[in-house]
Amino acid sequence: MGTTTDLPASAREPVLEARDVVLSFGQTPALRGASMSVACGDILAVMGPSGSGKSTLLHCLAGILTPDSGQVWFDGRRLDTMGESQRSALRRTRFGFVFQFGQLVPELTAEENVALPLLLGGTRRSEALRQARRWFPRLGLDGLAEHRSGEMSGGQAQRVALARGLVAEPEVLFADEPTGALDSLTGEHVMKLLTDEARSKGVTVILVTHEPRVAAYADREVVVRDGTVTSPAPSPVRS
Amino acid sequence: MSVPQVLLGLLEREQSHGYDLKRDYDTYFGRHKPLPAGQVYATLARLARDGKVIAGQAEPGAGPDRKRYVITEAGVTEFETWLTEPETPEPHLQAELFTKVVLALMLGRPAEQYLDLQRSAHLRRMRELTDLKHSGGMIDTLQADYGLFHLEADLRWIDLTASRLSPLAKEVRHGHDH
Repeated sequence: MGTTTDLPASAREPVLEARDVVLSFGQTPALRGASMSVACGDILAVMGPSGSGKSTLLHCLAGILTPDSGQVWFDGRRLDTMGESQRSALRRTRFGFVFQFGQLVPELTAEENVALPLLLGGTRRSEALRQARRWFPRLGLDGLAEHRSGEMSGGQAQRVALARGLVAEPEVLFADEPTGALDSLTGEHVMKLLTDEARSKGVTVILVTHEPRVAAYADREVVVRDGTVTSPAPSPVRS
Repeated sequence: MSVPQVLLGLLEREQSHGYDLKRDYDTYFGRHKPLPAGQVYATLARLARDGKVIAGQAEPGAGPDRKRYVITEAGVTEFETWLTEPETPEPHLQAELFTKVVLALMLGRPAEQYLDLQRSAHLRRMRELTDLKHSGGMIDTLQADYGLFHLEADLRWIDLTASRLSPLAKEVRHGHDH
């Protein structure tokens, strides 16, 4: 995928867009008409207090949840009206995911965890592992390919999770509180790697976080409050 | 503290005497540092000279100054400009942010919108500092971290305040009614 990040976000086509998305869990409304879009190659922070609906919005954008009403568009196609098998294929081939707790499969080695999206997509095991191993030196994980998640620190496990999120060369990486379980210095290291990798490959990133220092790695931010999205217009700062 | 702008804000609520302005200022913004009476009258005189307020005739009664002050259109414009523009993000801003939020609520202005703009300005500055951290040496990193942690403290206050606007508005308006 070519990058066009030298243009301002407003001048580029949105690759992913939510239009007036509404979703309730039983009687509890989680999203009440959330609208937002992200341009190709942009790193967007989605901020907001706990329970504001920011993770639910991420799940709708990623096609994991289907909204009650409203639309979700990815690359010119309606995601919210697609069948589950199509959405599942999309998630496997064009999206990548990193969550707060790496959610590595404990029975698998680090390299098998990284190879997982490729294996699920039908790549031969030897080829999937070969591609997975390429990520270890890049993310400072030399010597850890054979380790299981219990034998790694939180920061190492999260870098393995990041490699897994990127190994299938996704167009969009969804990261939900990716440093939530890490200390400041380790979190900073993970964010630097995540944003460097995304920028070098033109990957669009949806970064859900409640931490301003993490959001500061993004190109811009939107704030989710009570199930709707606010993104203040730029305003001159008085000096 | 922006004393002239705060006095203009209090006058936008209603015309008032210097003494009442001092009392309201001290109640809301000067709990630990009351405004000297001399500064109130000097500030009002400057605002009158600049056409931001009009001083009425002295009224009979006790006290050093029984003039009633009324805000002008120019005064309202100056106050609005100050109220709606985010401050330059830097450590130790809390007094200014707090004052803007309380005045906005007192006057029924959109305090949430102001907080959103301030959050956005803070995050913009935090992005610059984050870039600086990764392009400079260790000294730059340490300095940037210092700024980042302080701005983050402001942002935590901004977020918490945003979630407390309704009860805060009630208290500020209730205080004025009584």
